[in-house]
Amino acid sequence: MTQSRFQLSRTTDADDEARNQVSTGGGGTAMRLIVPLQGVVQGRGGLILGSLIPCALFYFLQVYLKRHRSPPKSPSDIGELLRTASRSNLARSASVGRAHVSSRASSIAKSNDSPYYIGLDRVREDAYDELKNPNGIVQLGLAENRLSLDLIDHWLLQNLNVSMLGGGGDDLGISGIATYQPSDGLWELKVAMAGFMSQIMGGAVSFNPSQLVLTAGATPAIEILCFCLADQGNAFLVPAPYYPGFDRDIRWRTGVELIPVHCRSSDNFTLSITALDQAFNQARKRGQKVRGILISNPSNPVGSLLTRETLYNLLDFAREKNIHIISDEIFAGSTFGSVDFVSMAEILDSEDVDKNRVHIIYGLSKDLCLPGFRAGVIYSLNEHVLTASKRLTRFSSISAPTQRLLISMLSDLRFMKEFIETNRKRVQSTYNLFVAGLKKLGIECAKSSGGFCCWADMSGFVRPYNEKGELELWERLLNIAKINVTPGSACHCIEPGWFRCCFATLSEKDIPVVMERIRRVVDTCKPPT
Amino acid sequence: MTQARTPATQSDDDTNQPTTSGSGGVTTAMRVIVPLQGVVQGRGGLVLGSLIPCALFYFLQLYLKRHRPSSATPPPTPPTAVAAEVSSPSALHRVHSRSVISPRGAHVSSRGNSIARQSDGPVDIGLRKVSEDPYDSATNPDGVIQLGLAENRLSLDLVRDWLAENAMNSIVAGDLSIERIATYQPFHGLMELKVAVAGFMSQVMKRSVSFNPSQIILTAGATPALEMLAFCLADVGNAFLVPSPYYPDLDRDVKWRTGVEIIPIPCRSADGFSLNAIALDRAFTQAKKRGLKVRGIIISNPSNPVGNLFNREILYNLLDFATEKNIHIISNEILAGSTHGGEQFVSLAEITDSEDFDRNRLHIVYSLSKDLCLPGSGVGVIYSFNDNVLAAAKKMARFSSISVPTQHLLISMLSDTVFIEKFIQTTRERLGRMYAKFVAGLKQLGIECIKSSGGFYCWVDMSGFIRSYSEKGELELWDKLLNIAKINVTPGSSCHCIEPGWFRCCFTMLTEEDIPVVIERIRKVSETCKSHS
Repeated sequence: MTQSRFQLSRTTDADDEARNQVSTGGGGTAMRLIVPLQGVVQGRGGLILGSLIPCALFYFLQVYLKRHRSPPKSPSDIGELLRTASRSNLARSASVGRAHVSSRASSIAKSNDSPYYIGLDRVREDAYDELKNPNGIVQLGLAENRLSLDLIDHWLLQNLNVSMLGGGGDDLGISGIATYQPSDGLWELKVAMAGFMSQIMGGAVSFNPSQLVLTAGATPAIEILCFCLADQGNAFLVPAPYYPGFDRDIRWRTGVELIPVHCRSSDNFTLSITALDQAFNQARKRGQKVRGILISNPSNPVGSLLTRETLYNLLDFAREKNIHIISDEIFAGSTFGSVDFVSMAEILDSEDVDKNRVHIIYGLSKDLCLPGFRAGVIYSLNEHVLTASKRLTRFSSISAPTQRLLISMLSDLRFMKEFIETNRKRVQSTYNLFVAGLKKLGIECAKSSGGFCCWADMSGFVRPYNEKGELELWERLLNIAKINVTPGSACHCIEPGWFRCCFATLSEKDIPVVMERIRRVVDTCKPPT
Repeated sequence: MTQARTPATQSDDDTNQPTTSGSGGVTTAMRVIVPLQGVVQGRGGLVLGSLIPCALFYFLQLYLKRHRPSSATPPPTPPTAVAAEVSSPSALHRVHSRSVISPRGAHVSSRGNSIARQSDGPVDIGLRKVSEDPYDSATNPDGVIQLGLAENRLSLDLVRDWLAENAMNSIVAGDLSIERIATYQPFHGLMELKVAVAGFMSQVMKRSVSFNPSQIILTAGATPALEMLAFCLADVGNAFLVPSPYYPDLDRDVKWRTGVEIIPIPCRSADGFSLNAIALDRAFTQAKKRGLKVRGIIISNPSNPVGNLFNREILYNLLDFATEKNIHIISNEILAGSTHGGEQFVSLAEITDSEDFDRNRLHIVYSLSKDLCLPGSGVGVIYSFNDNVLAAAKKMARFSSISVPTQHLLISMLSDTVFIEKFIQTTRERLGRMYAKFVAGLKQLGIECIKSSGGFYCWVDMSGFIRSYSEKGELELWDKLLNIAKINVTPGSSCHCIEPGWFRCCFTMLTEEDIPVVIERIRKVSETCKSHS
């Protein structure tokens, strides 16, 4: 009996405790409500009411708590919480710099340890110059064309004044330079640009100027397209190896992800639809929404061209998956060799396909040797994309004097024709010299038909055949041979031992110097055969 | 003994059961409730009978919250409707996703879509109207007169003369080789230009401050400068406080791509539209209540559209407020050189020079488009004391850099100190004269303006002429001014002004001869409005 009574009293204790808990949680009213409830529960409607009423009470308690959680912040204990929170903020910031920047900014501000940027920085500090700094670092890491700068220089000297002031500084000229203009580019420049693009692609395509949007370089052009096509957390498929700058151009501010689609040396790094499909499905499985494919044609870094067939397949794939295609054709005019360049725009012209999903990036930095002029192009057939990107050019427009200059330069058809021909020849001959030089050292390159880069296979000299070995070789090239190349890992290449060497910044007499420097390093790490 | 023991053990078993199986929620609920009867009618009845359903209900809510696609508040569902309720979220989900796929065609992103779809406000409509039919005293005397664009054409002749003489030399002549013009240069601006801009800024502010060129980032206009700062200081969903009325484009500049919100701090005509500390505090606490994280305050000084200046005291208060709340201040000072009248402009940089504040939270935006009459060349400046912001902005400058020929042009223009000195002086004089004439003209019509000390505008009170004292009445008057009087002004509602009836009139696009024409046109409309009332 005592035992049982003891149990009984224990349960009533528990009862009281529970009741106490309820009353403290819900305020004084709970007590008063629950006591009469006993009658209801033990009566007829017991089960339903006994569960309904507490539920309702509990629900109202939650509502009450939710409502009243923020206002009582100021009195007593919550106020204190706030203050301590802010104090801890202050304490933490004292080491960093007190006022916080956004998390996206702090991730951008952090120094970048990708070899691509380290190399570029090193060259900036100690650049090679035949006369003034013969022991400096030779730049092979920047896809810049200096081969035809003299032609531009010559033209500028003759035409600058007329072109910028519209023929003698009359009223129209000055308001053309100094007053507000449409931010997506002057109409005359769009017309001239469309003509130039079609000229450079061998007249195979014509571009409609009203579908062009001009931006301050191809970099913002790509970023604007990404803002228009993808939301935060969405992804683009990119055939890898790809241009190392894509990572920052696309991911930094848009919050869009890049998924590499790996291409292999056995296919000369051409894109296979199977690999594309695989990457797409994997991304899907991870819950990522793929919004498009980003290709560069001619490819940077490999230099290969996409064939007509591949382009058709890509279009089919994009239609099937209902995604976009961004085709970066910034090297379209810098092709050489026998393979014809085929623009995505040409495919669209010839076929009755869904044109809304194709967008082309172009710019004058590469083909016209004018990276300093910051002129980029978005060409799209999608009305929404055009409208949105026109509005977004307010953040990245080309300055009016430069636009005037470009209008008259691009409209000088005789000069442009001569320039394109000469420039092509020079790029090709430098390419041939460079590749021949590498061949003598036993280094092969992937077959290239365009662009300013050789994609060189140095896997024979990579000691452990992995990324670490590749980076060791890269470091030796940078510090001992004093040449800055871009390692394949920075381009997300899946096979170690490949390097991107940009040759268009070199003059012909620099090439033997570079080869000699490479030889020194290569000789020390010949495979132990 | 037995009697006593059985209920006790029974209740033990039962309590174990529901807690383990109850978490799932629904199909099990029935099975749980039946044995509950025993519990309820037993001794531990009251407590368990109320606790267990509560727990069940709680888990149901949790489950619903998890599985609902949107964050809409859960409707108060009675527990009897439980079974029906549970299957519905997944059904909802499927319908939702199907509707997204069904219009086969390439989709643009939702942010792209909202930018593309944004309909034109009065500002865009007005600008379009002017571009279709611009006034010209000789060739198109019935055209629309532009008073809606903040552009200074008063000193365009000076710039033109300088360019005619020097443009050629500044870009190609001398030791400037083509390598330095055409090739890749630092995206955040040439050091020579930064030095020149720092000097110009300090000259424009009457040498009251000096700026350190290494704290300057150059961008292609003030618009990207502001956006870049917003990217650097706030994450998606954070907010900035902005005293309203503010200039209409700020919404686009700050909100479009960054995903940052703007919370207006309403200023009133009773205070001369200057910032009120109480309103500031209230806006901050309200934002907090809404769960928004406020990362800073954006002010424009001289204010656009009102034209008043922030005095030293208000700036100190702002700094204190920012320090207390641990937030940033962005001061848009693009009109710093376009002041007139006796009042002295005080830059935020000057305040921090003299006092011991945490400078890491201060950022200044400047531009050459307003003070140097060069909107087409798009040169914007971020001046910041915060190393992290500078580092991030330097890297972001690749998305918005100034073309190198333009930079060289500006270097030589800004280095021509004789020209710059004369230019600043002349512009100030012309600005002051135009302002006085314009205000006097309005006064004749019985229209008052807020006293302005800078900028290209008058902030005009036409509340006496609007038929209904509301935004609708204001827009009706604006429409009449545009279509009958043929002048394009900016209505206060586009500037998020809380009081209806105010308009921004920009007078620097006019010549002196145009002023009587404008005043005459306003008179026509104002008289018809008066007669109605």
